[in-house]
Amino acid sequence: MIERTAEGLYCRAADAWVDPWRPVARALITHAHADHARAGCDQYWAVDVSEGVLRQRLGQHINLQPIPYGEEVWLGQCKVSFHSAGHVLGSAQIRLEADGEVWVVSGDYKRDHDPSCAPFETVPCDVFITEATFGMPIYRWQRGEEVAMAIRDWWKGDQTRPSLLFCYAFGKAQRLLAELHALGVKDEILLHGAVETVTRHYRMAKVPMAPSRPVSELPRNEPLGGRLILAPPSAHRSSWMKRFKAPQTAFASGWMAVRGARRRRGYERGFVLSDHADWPGLLRTIRESGAKKVYVTHGQSDVLARYLRESEAIDAEPLETLFEGESD
Amino acid sequence: MQAFLALFDQLDQLTGTTAKVASLVNHFKSVPVEDAAWALTLLLGKRRRRLITGRRLREILRDHGDLPEWLINDCHGQVGDSAETISLLWPCVKERIAPMHVDLPAIRADRPLHWWMEILLPSIATLKEANQAEAVLALWQATPDNDHFMINKLMTGGFRVGVSTGLISRAIAEAFELEESLVVQRLMGGFEPSGANFRNITAPACEEEQRSSGKPYPFFLASPLDRKRIDDTDAEEWLIEWKWDGIRGQLIHRGDSVYLWSRGEELINNSFPELIAVGAALPPGTVLDGEVICWENGQEAPMGFDQLQRRLGRKTVGATLKRECPVRFIAYDLLELEAIDIREQPLHARQQQLTDLMALLEHPDRWRFDQSHAWTLGSWHDLDQERNRARDRKAEGLMVKRSDSPYLSGRKRGHWWKHKLEPMTLDAVLLYAQAGSGRRANLFTDYTFGLWDNNTPPQLVTFAKAYSGLNDKEILELDRWIRRNTLQRYGPARSVKAELVFEIGFEGIHPSKRHKSGLAVRFPRILRWRHDKLAEQADRLITAQQLFEEKQSTDTNVKTVRSAVGDKSS
Repeated sequence: MIERTAEGLYCRAADAWVDPWRPVARALITHAHADHARAGCDQYWAVDVSEGVLRQRLGQHINLQPIPYGEEVWLGQCKVSFHSAGHVLGSAQIRLEADGEVWVVSGDYKRDHDPSCAPFETVPCDVFITEATFGMPIYRWQRGEEVAMAIRDWWKGDQTRPSLLFCYAFGKAQRLLAELHALGVKDEILLHGAVETVTRHYRMAKVPMAPSRPVSELPRNEPLGGRLILAPPSAHRSSWMKRFKAPQTAFASGWMAVRGARRRRGYERGFVLSDHADWPGLLRTIRESGAKKVYVTHGQSDVLARYLRESEAIDAEPLETLFEGESD
Repeated sequence: MQAFLALFDQLDQLTGTTAKVASLVNHFKSVPVEDAAWALTLLLGKRRRRLITGRRLREILRDHGDLPEWLINDCHGQVGDSAETISLLWPCVKERIAPMHVDLPAIRADRPLHWWMEILLPSIATLKEANQAEAVLALWQATPDNDHFMINKLMTGGFRVGVSTGLISRAIAEAFELEESLVVQRLMGGFEPSGANFRNITAPACEEEQRSSGKPYPFFLASPLDRKRIDDTDAEEWLIEWKWDGIRGQLIHRGDSVYLWSRGEELINNSFPELIAVGAALPPGTVLDGEVICWENGQEAPMGFDQLQRRLGRKTVGATLKRECPVRFIAYDLLELEAIDIREQPLHARQQQLTDLMALLEHPDRWRFDQSHAWTLGSWHDLDQERNRARDRKAEGLMVKRSDSPYLSGRKRGHWWKHKLEPMTLDAVLLYAQAGSGRRANLFTDYTFGLWDNNTPPQLVTFAKAYSGLNDKEILELDRWIRRNTLQRYGPARSVKAELVFEIGFEGIHPSKRHKSGLAVRFPRILRWRHDKLAEQADRLITAQQLFEEKQSTDTNVKTVRSAVGDKSS
């Protein structure tokens, strides 16, 4: 039902592309991260909750059809519905049904609890196109709550230096604000501009989060010792950092599971926190989907596909895409 | 053990050297000497043997954890370290493994490090086959998952936490109020972990040690020549010397001892015993700065750096190596004479005293010591022409030193300049990429490049591997490109689309079986990413072969050139 064209994954029955990487007439978007939602398409279909971030990133005037989770829409000969992927606010798996066959494109997803977005929904299907950003058994996540506690201890453990925590600006940062809120943190957390713009949409969606404020609103000379600041990885070692005197630095990402990855990036601490499924999460999801055929995209697609074939007797093969998932 | 785990965590997380030294100082002062001795040994990374290899640990995990071998290997490729890979895979498999009942010494959290290193781990290492596997599994089961990385490291050795020997010496010096150079000297002979040895290392300096202190002066370093800074000066105020392609060394004779320090302030006596022997014939209270280089007696030009490299890091040098890689010391400065620091004197005066000193030096191996020849130019106009003569001399280029310059420390611009030959360059196509290890694990940073061979149609053949030359941003950009343009994977290496062209600079070129092209180059590095060039426009093998032939002809010239190093007429 889905074929790979130069523009991306194409569903002929619906005459639509899922997360196309070039402009097309009709795009079905799993979520608003840059490698999945690209500008220039004539028409976008996406989950209603993702509308704010999507418009902010692709332009306020895009032609967007918002759909609630679970609602079925007919596009041509195909029944299309969006189901929560548990990745970020408004993230979805896309279910496509035609000629009695069901395909699901997972987009990015995770199975762990995340207080900032709807939980993952299992969607039975015949063919499952899954991500595999962390498709290796070395990747296993702790619960977000435990990681948030470690982050709180790290931050509170140094009341003289500013604590700069780097994390992906859309999804990870808001998950951290929500996890810290759940731990009862009442302190105002400072945000880099790129984090602030996305956080606004989470606040509009009434996601409960710790109080926050853009760093830029503070007076130039305000002392920042003991404050927690969230910033995107691109700000690390940029001139933006000059404002913080002798900060302690950390990076929250699934990549931090490997020591070399942290040391190479030059962060003092690494907190292992990911918005993607870990190895057990991927295997569990694939088994629960009941799919007869699995295509694996992103990162470790070769490894996961081979493991599924050889050790789980599941018909699986890697599928080349331009999704990155690595900016996690 | 808990204290050592905590030290490791701190060292691993701190990025500044001052903070690292502080936590080392604190550790060495607070733990029992037997543990301090082991901490020192482990941090120095000089364990004599591995208790259990990383491969053996991977086998145990494979056999008992029901994970396919290829998957463990792929994970190892991603992580870049056996001990860490195993510690990350353990949580995946532990539930499948029945509790082991093995007669191990009881593991408790308060067991000290030396108990682990002297009792527990050796007892596991001596076990065979299945018994050993069960004991290792029992060890993993009895300890918290978070400690496994360290425990595995203690077994497999190869402990690297980003603290250099220098940093450790500094910490010991600080903790026990000693001269840092004294600690380095004491550690030079190797260190066997025992409480008594640790006490010896950290004891106050005895009288003899004070008299014959091997403390080196900080090296004075030259900067790459900035023509604007010399063009307005009188060329005759400057001394010109050849810049040799060896390693910088400071040779000290004080009391009864001779020391040879490298620029990294490592003692390299063991690698160059012949120089130590001749150095002892200098009057005590002498310090020379110069170049250590491989150079046969009676030959006009030195041997290549590859010969010197065979000696570096050696603890002992055998007769073969001594014969095949004969070594010399080319002195270019005198820092201390009759136990008096003369670094404030002008360079020409120091050099004159060096000449006088060398005239008195007597030793059967006297030929191993030479003074670097210095001369002046009539005008700056001749500078580049003079530099080009370096190729014939097998030198790297020229040194340009102010004739009245004092011997300062570190890199102070304005007094000493280096003027190196332009590197040879070729435009080559990226063919293979491999992830680095350790800090560079899972980032593609090792690249192999190819040139077009002389067949029709031409094929790309490999000729050089390079690691450095790109900035962080370019590395990341290239890493992404490599992931998207992989053709095939060979274990940790990948072949990529022949599309990107890089300008590769190198210092020498010679025949080699290592690469398909039949040539290998010295010091290859990336000079530029040639975004402007297509793969078809990269250089051909024949160009590289011509470079080699040109070099060949200059090499033959060298043998016929009459003037030697000490020649004053050139």
